[in-house]
Amino acid sequence: MMSNGGAKGPENVNPQVYQPSERRVLTADEENEDIVDKFDCREVFDMVRQINDPEHPLTLEELNVVQINHIEVDDERNRVVVLYTPTIPHCSMATLIGLAIRVKLLRSLPERFKVDVRIYEGSHVSEVAVNKQLADKERVAAALENSHLLDVINQCLAVQKK
Amino acid sequence: MSSLKLLQDLVAHDDRVWCVKWNPTGTLLASCGSDKKIVLWGEEEGKWVAKVHLTEAHERTIRAVAWSPTGTYLASCSFDKTICIWKRDDTGVFGAIATLEGHENEVKCVAWSVSGEYLASCSRDKTVWIWSCEYDDEYDCLSVLHSHSQDVKKICWSPVEDVLVSCSYDNTVKCFKDDGDDWTCTDTLTGHESTVWAVAFDGTGKRLVTCSDDRTVKIWQRFNALDNSASQKPGWHCVCTLSGYHDRAIFDVDWSAIHGAIVSTGADDCIRIFEENLTAQDPLREPEFFAAASMPRAHSQDVNAVSWNPVRGHLLASCSDDGLVKIWTYARPE
Repeated sequence: MMSNGGAKGPENVNPQVYQPSERRVLTADEENEDIVDKFDCREVFDMVRQINDPEHPLTLEELNVVQINHIEVDDERNRVVVLYTPTIPHCSMATLIGLAIRVKLLRSLPERFKVDVRIYEGSHVSEVAVNKQLADKERVAAALENSHLLDVINQCLAVQKK
Repeated sequence: MSSLKLLQDLVAHDDRVWCVKWNPTGTLLASCGSDKKIVLWGEEEGKWVAKVHLTEAHERTIRAVAWSPTGTYLASCSFDKTICIWKRDDTGVFGAIATLEGHENEVKCVAWSVSGEYLASCSRDKTVWIWSCEYDDEYDCLSVLHSHSQDVKKICWSPVEDVLVSCSYDNTVKCFKDDGDDWTCTDTLTGHESTVWAVAFDGTGKRLVTCSDDRTVKIWQRFNALDNSASQKPGWHCVCTLSGYHDRAIFDVDWSAIHGAIVSTGADDCIRIFEENLTAQDPLREPEFFAAASMPRAHSQDVNAVSWNPVRGHLLASCSDDGLVKIWTYARPE
């Protein structure tokens, strides 16, 4: 599932790098603690954009794997959908990246949210199979009890030493 | 009108609760989950209380439990690849008497045959195992069935004969029977468009209910060559699809052998009950089911399992990612 096709080093040796977005500017209302802020795309994007790519010393935002306009948030209905785009259509890390996004959101969002993490349509050869795995809560739960896999995910989620 | 009302919240688990199962006499409820613990709940002065905590048998999540037909044995299965058999002694205390090993990875379900002769288990390793249960508490593997192409999510036995049914991530449901030589797959039920999470028999063993990640509940009926009313070929056929009721994956279904109501639940946090429309029954037409009751936000997170009390038919148990077990009372339409 997580193999690298026997190859050493990244599959996509020279990925295109994108400029990270500006820091979010806090409005007066957001700083006012008496006002309940609803979750929005930008807030969810801020949760996932700094996730490290498993192969490159770059973030998912820098690789354009996560994009703010591919995130849907419905605060009232407690739904979050994150579509991510692997850098190449046969990227063997696609499942791992999806799992890292899912774990990050599990740890960051309130439990009331139903989260769907899927591959952006048409961007990966095994899109259907990867999406089915990521949607299977039993497989995800079992994977997260695997200490080796959890270490790899935690590395993706660790704050970068840049 | 029928209704579903909360009777009691049962608090004892520290994490996601995966499974709830009543014992055959309906006096004990077993629950298990990610906290690697089994809790047995019993009634005391009208309240359900945690009577027993069974711990230290499994190293990882306990995915499911099953009672033997006499209620003397309890089987538990875990993501740690093992199955544990618990036996109740004369004083009513449960102790672990055997650990069954063999599956290559997570064991997802266990179930005892109605005769008590067999135990079945299934796993992410895509296999279904049939174990023999001897009187001296010896368990031997009789058969390893490789019919599914993906993880096997759940298994259940017919209430009237030694027929086993399994459902899988491969979107199919399969039936197995001992043909005198070995256990073989006799039927494959196709129709669901994604993972089939659960399967349950009705009280007669002639019908099955399944639920899926495709957000539908399906009812299947077995037609015999002698059923002259049927235009169907012999075998299992889908006779009813209930869609549009759950808007996320449906994780569990149960069919009451007492009153015939079906309960379903899943990732939409909702519990729904379906009844068959018996007034419109015409043997030449397919059965009709209607939504008799529903409980939106039954739990605050995904509901993982539901179980009808096999004796006190109005009692229903559920469990959830929110760590709670709940008992509900169902008042049927008259």
